[in-house]
Amino acid sequence: MGTDVFHSEVPMTVNGSGHSPVVDHRSTLLDVLREQMDLTGAKKGCDHGQCGACTVLVDGRRVNSCLVLAVSLEGCAITTVEGLRDADGEGLHPLQRAFIERDAFQCGYCTPGQLCSAVGALAEAEAGHPSHVTGPDTAADAPVRLTKEEIRERLSGNLCRCGAYPHIVEAVEDVTRAEPVGQDRSGQDADGTHGTQDEVDA
Amino acid sequence: MKPFRYVRAHSVEEATAAHAGRAASRYLGGGTNLVDLMKLGVERPETLIDVSRLDLDGVEEFSDGSVRLGATVRNSDLAAHPLIRGRYPVLSQALLSGASGQLRNAATTGGNLLQRTRCPYFQDLGKPCNKREPGSGCGARDGVSRDHAVLGHSAQCVATHPSDMAVALAALDAQVELRGPQGPRTLPAAEFHRLPGDRPDRDTELDHGELITGVVLPSSAAGLPSAYRKVRDRASYAFALASVAVVLGVEDTRVRTVRIAFGGLAHRPWRALRAEEALVGQEPTDEAFLRAIDTELSEAEPLRDNAFKVPLARNIACDLLRHLAAAPAAPTS
Ligand SMILES: Cc1cc2nc3c(=O)[nH]c(=O)nc-3n(C[C@H](O)[C@H](O)[C@H](O)COP(=O)(O)OP(=O)(O)OC[C@H]3O[C@@H](n4cnc5c(N)ncnc54)[C@H](O)[C@@H]3O)c2cc1C
Ligand code: SF4
Ligand code: FES
Ligand code: FES
Repeated sequence: MGTDVFHSEVPMTVNGSGHSPVVDHRSTLLDVLREQMDLTGAKKGCDHGQCGACTVLVDGRRVNSCLVLAVSLEGCAITTVEGLRDADGEGLHPLQRAFIERDAFQCGYCTPGQLCSAVGALAEAEAGHPSHVTGPDTAADAPVRLTKEEIRERLSGNLCRCGAYPHIVEAVEDVTRAEPVGQDRSGQDADGTHGTQDEVDA
Repeated sequence: MKPFRYVRAHSVEEATAAHAGRAASRYLGGGTNLVDLMKLGVERPETLIDVSRLDLDGVEEFSDGSVRLGATVRNSDLAAHPLIRGRYPVLSQALLSGASGQLRNAATTGGNLLQRTRCPYFQDLGKPCNKREPGSGCGARDGVSRDHAVLGHSAQCVATHPSDMAVALAALDAQVELRGPQGPRTLPAAEFHRLPGDRPDRDTELDHGELITGVVLPSSAAGLPSAYRKVRDRASYAFALASVAVVLGVEDTRVRTVRIAFGGLAHRPWRALRAEEALVGQEPTDEAFLRAIDTELSEAEPLRDNAFKVPLARNIACDLLRHLAAAPAAPTS
């Protein structure tokens, strides 16, 4: 396939290595990953932004790859579930390990999207991004402590037809507890409205 | 999907020149609505002009205290911005009540304002729809109309506008900045979207080819107690059945400033001007709130399936007004 008025070459980084696929302008990132790069981790659930199965990270931010036109991604760094790693760059990402330990899936179809979405959600909370359930008095520049309620809200863009939600929330909670996400350096709640001792110990 | 040309714009001038008012040109923001509609065949552009990387992604404060939101700021970044959280909580809350984390990361200020109705007949090429195909009829009027309008609808169209952000902007008296081939102009956010009348194909007052460059929030609403409340069919990730944005300033036990806008009830964010007028100068009592909101909603004309929206809207508005009347003023910095 060559470039013409309806096709373009799009240099991008995918899971750490450079690629320059020639894409039909109509192709979404999801289709290019799955059909042109053999990266079939991201799934096509609805193709309309309604399920989250296609979630990947673009420049570290989670997005629905079914609604992103690949041609718009020149110079971007894409991470799919195949590219998730632990801090040493070798083993499974802590979220992947927690999903296995908590049995956070049944059929597994939504899992790659859940994982990429959770990676993005943890980074957003760490950067102090509020959610619909974050208290209005929470400090704007401190990481947000992720309670179960916060995790459910922040992952609401990922549906699971098998209903594995309780274990998914527990798996994400395990990882937020293992890392200093959501706590300020003193270990105190940043806001005082969320994260009672009960929730921390539960 | 029809093949199309793709152009990345590097400046506002380049974007409007590339569009050149051609009927089949569309600007591309985050794509979360446009790409969806292209897949459905509702939108069939010949050229997409990608404006998502224009240098309009800042939130800046002017010396008069007003705040300008660039057209390409992503919804998630806008909701998290300290200036917005601190001074205009209603806007942050409205954004966070909409869509999902993934969608908000892609969606832009400009695209959010111009998202199209979620009326299922509009999205289905097999159904009549005056908005999509003028003159073909309205599938919803005598069809399933539970999600549709109760205020300001017409014989031609009963659709609602789906944006939560736009409701907050209407309540904040925001101004929408536009740039067209004829130069720049601004429109009040509360008058940016239209009522359907006999031209339901026109969602807004935007001229074809005009680019949204930003939105200005006036200083007058900064720091006043404000909030957004939304009711939907599930706890998260769903459009509003009804929602309300309120800005309320009480001084010496009298209402000094009040702005109320409803979402989910009409073809545009519904500024409740009659209710506002009834409240200014009054004591902020439950009875005064109820009377004012009832005055506003008395002109509602529910359809077969959606009479429930009227008491729903009344309850959330009165509840939010009561809540804000009891709240201390938010910090202004
Ligand atoms: C499953 C789902 C659930 C959702 N739930 C909600 C919800 O609960 N509440 C809510 O408010 N929204 C919701 N949304 C809608 C979402 O907020 C919009 O899709 C988004 O805000 C659109 O922004 P965008 O930048 O992606 O726009 P695009 O899709 O890029 O563009 C939308 C329109 O705006 C035009 N446009 C874009 N930028 C400009 C500009 N600068 N100047 C002129 N024209 C421009 C485009 O040509 C197009 O016509 C939901 C969407 C989905 C898919
Ligand atoms: S309500 Fe409006 S958008 Fe829906 S079918 Fe009728 S004309 Fe079309
Ligand atoms: S496949 Fe993208 S959200 Fe469902
Ligand atoms: S595990 Fe089957 S859809 Fe989630």
